[in-house]
Amino acid sequence: MKIVIIGNGMVSYKFCEKIIAKLPARAAEIVVFGEEPRPAYDRVHLSEFFAGKTADDLLMAPADWYVANDITLHLGDPVQQIDRNTKTVHSYKGITEAYDYLVIATGSSAFVPPIPGVDKKGVFIYRTIEDLELMRDYAPKVKRGVVIGGGLLGLEAAKALLDLGISDTHVIEFAPRLMPRQIDESGSRILEQQLKQLGLQIHTNKNTSEVTGGDTMTGLQFADESILEADMLVISAGIKPRDELAKLSGLETGHRGGIVVNEKLQTTDPEIFAIGECALYNGMIYGLVAPGYEMAEVVASHIASEAQEKAFTGFDMSTKLKLIGIDVASFGDPFAPAETSRSIVFEDTMKGVYKRISITNDGKHLLGGILIGDADAYNMLLQTAKNKVILPPNPEDVLLGSRGGSQDAGPGVLGLPDDAIICSCESVSKGSICAAVEAGNETLDAVKKCTKAGTCCGGCTPMVKDLITGTMKAQGKYIRNVICEHFSYSRQELYDLIRIKNVRSFDDALDHYGHGDGCEICKPVIASIMASLWNDMILDKGNDVVQDSNDRFLANIQKGGTYSVVPRIPGGEITPARLLVIAQVALKYNLYTKITGGQRIDLFGAHLDDLPNIWEELIDAGFESGHAYGKALRTVKSCVGSTWCRFGLHDSVSFAIQIEERYRGLRAPHKIKSAVSGCIRECAEAQSKDFGIIATEKGWNLYVGGNGGSKPQHAILLAADLDSETCIRYIDRFLMFYIKTADPLTRTATWLNKLDGGITYLRNVVVNDSLGIAAELETEMQSLVDKYKCEWKEVVESPELRKRFSHFVNAPGTKDPTVKFDTLREQKKAAEWK
Amino acid sequence: MSAIISTSTNTTTNIAWFFACNVIDVPPNGGVCVKYDDVQIALFRFARRDAWYATQNMCPHRQQMALSRGMTGTHNGEPKVACPFHKKTFSLEDGRCLSDDQECSLTTYPVRVENEKVYIGIMQEA
Repeated sequence: MKIVIIGNGMVSYKFCEKIIAKLPARAAEIVVFGEEPRPAYDRVHLSEFFAGKTADDLLMAPADWYVANDITLHLGDPVQQIDRNTKTVHSYKGITEAYDYLVIATGSSAFVPPIPGVDKKGVFIYRTIEDLELMRDYAPKVKRGVVIGGGLLGLEAAKALLDLGISDTHVIEFAPRLMPRQIDESGSRILEQQLKQLGLQIHTNKNTSEVTGGDTMTGLQFADESILEADMLVISAGIKPRDELAKLSGLETGHRGGIVVNEKLQTTDPEIFAIGECALYNGMIYGLVAPGYEMAEVVASHIASEAQEKAFTGFDMSTKLKLIGIDVASFGDPFAPAETSRSIVFEDTMKGVYKRISITNDGKHLLGGILIGDADAYNMLLQTAKNKVILPPNPEDVLLGSRGGSQDAGPGVLGLPDDAIICSCESVSKGSICAAVEAGNETLDAVKKCTKAGTCCGGCTPMVKDLITGTMKAQGKYIRNVICEHFSYSRQELYDLIRIKNVRSFDDALDHYGHGDGCEICKPVIASIMASLWNDMILDKGNDVVQDSNDRFLANIQKGGTYSVVPRIPGGEITPARLLVIAQVALKYNLYTKITGGQRIDLFGAHLDDLPNIWEELIDAGFESGHAYGKALRTVKSCVGSTWCRFGLHDSVSFAIQIEERYRGLRAPHKIKSAVSGCIRECAEAQSKDFGIIATEKGWNLYVGGNGGSKPQHAILLAADLDSETCIRYIDRFLMFYIKTADPLTRTATWLNKLDGGITYLRNVVVNDSLGIAAELETEMQSLVDKYKCEWKEVVESPELRKRFSHFVNAPGTKDPTVKFDTLREQKKAAEWK
Repeated sequence: MSAIISTSTNTTTNIAWFFACNVIDVPPNGGVCVKYDDVQIALFRFARRDAWYATQNMCPHRQQMALSRGMTGTHNGEPKVACPFHKKTFSLEDGRCLSDDQECSLTTYPVRVENEKVYIGIMQEA
């Protein structure tokens, strides 16, 4: 059997891949003619060529791949004639090949509107790597670039111009809005607004009448008489199927282009097939790569005479893409008419998010929708629409998620039928994932290995995870977030066990509830739970060795193995006399000093052996531990407040000191930071803290769940206009509830994000006492507050404990001789490590 | 110079045992650093199973003298230590890195306990 393929684009390549997989080795001779000088490349990601990818990076497969699979590839050699009588093709370079089956995959070319002047220098099309190379060479002298076409390809081309360094880039669209075929008017508006923020100039409703200039273009003239000066133009106004060879060979083509094919992708000559963007099926050209691949599958299956005959019956044109960093997706029927459907719209012009779904009039089924700015829910929504999954009683939940009410946000991924495709890259269905889980693949890695789901783009990973837990639950397996191999309990379960059974040491916990020797995961978790519950001295009862290293030495280990020391400076207020003590200690022990972000002073470069001596001097001067080493309350930052500030409403410093002293030393699942601002100007940045307090005319506003760091998050208002006493009671309840229920190493922000019911639920617990535990939480907190002692004071006063701060067990007082420092700006710094 | 208290012979090497410290000096289920001339050795005491291990004190990842301050534990029954700097874990049985295939292994030393005194063995060239 001999198969000749005309064209070597993505779909042609995919056809080769599929046919060699379906046929026995050497069962067919395969010959491919390509017009372009290089093998098939990824045209979908063409714009990445300007973002740094090379032409080779974009190749679907290198030329060797064709050789290795016995495929003859003629590049730069388009077929010019098909002789259907003799079943031969003749190429530009004079090669003649006979065929049994002929597959036309000539794709499309850019549609260039008949505008006078499009032949001028400076006018480009955006289709091939050669086009891109020409654009790249021309771009350096360009001041303003214009793209005609506000569709998918046009916006891609605009991104390419931005990537080429042309910051003044304009997009011209004939229609009244961007991407008119995929998204609705409101969606276009949001997209336009977002693109404008990125520096693109958008002109809709513009009919270009002429490209102006001499040999070289100088601008565009529009039908409304307006003019736009520009020195480069990219035309990206649509595609035109490459059907000229088919036409020449007497095959039927559509009057607006495209080679007419049936459901087997046969042209009017049953031995000639057409696939990809050159094929016209049922009056439609499919201008996306996924349907092209599906066509390749159908033809390959037909030629390989597979038992189960496949047919192409149209293709879902749902699509999700990132346009210049902005998610754009449409699925199902995004334009369902108003008579037969209702729509739910969510629009956030602040964040540039627009979501619209159309549902049936009875509210039962999802018909389609549009997502701009945030398309995370795309796959789930697409499957919900495709599989006619019954919607939850409040259909808006599928768009907005459950928002803390009593209703669940629908059955989610578990409600999908077995044939729903979860991983669209690898075509893995829900059924095969669940089957893999049932067969014992109970971790994400195992399922990935077994089914290939989630191994490509990873977008389906959350759904796969839900399926794993869902399937296991359905099998009656109790899914718990156990902490490690030594304890088959979650943190919350351990917390309860330790509290109820009055467990006071790690060894006790291990004896009763664990096995083995423990590890670096369970040890600090249990140490932290015990500290949160009992507030015993953390180095007692053999618990020193189960503390995280910093807690064990009550200091923060730094590069080179020395430690940093942070005395508590409540509210950031310090007397000059105490400042002097810090300076004297730093000078005496040769420490590097730096002001921290939490309004304290960090002293770096202390030898382990020096720590007790340093603390002895600090404690003598009235300082105490700052717990910078612990998963504990760190600082309560403050602005200067009403004692000095002309805007201050209340005394924020005094309140900050009161709060810091109340919660100092409090051990929690993770560190806790706080701040108090004396007025709405918020100079203490309280809204970036685990709990933050801002003065109002009437009292204090209490915010919770804020975070700085790598994932900054604003704290959410928990309660407003509180008096100081109520504010502290609410903080007691909030902190105790967090300590009791959070997973290890989870900050309040993440904890709150994951909390079922979110802030509404938390507010009910803390403010409305919906669980009836408020008094208990307050009592527990008060007992911790009452039991507070400065850990460093206890160490300094205990010769036994002091002995543990020694580098060598057999040479006490000898410092680690390998510690080295360099000098920087008149202070020392740790020697760089390798 | 530490005292070498005994030597034992096996097929190719002699082990010179030196006195490191008293049992009571090492926190149960923790580690200490022992000085042997210019060598720093991390000594670990697994009190729950009455086992002792010794390795180099330097974590090979960033060449930090820190392993003796690391947290001990087991992984599927194999004793290990986690470096306090970046939590790389090493087997205390053979010194190999458990968290990263590429990382260098630790040198390990035999440990002997007699009369509440701990001795660490140093291989001598035959």
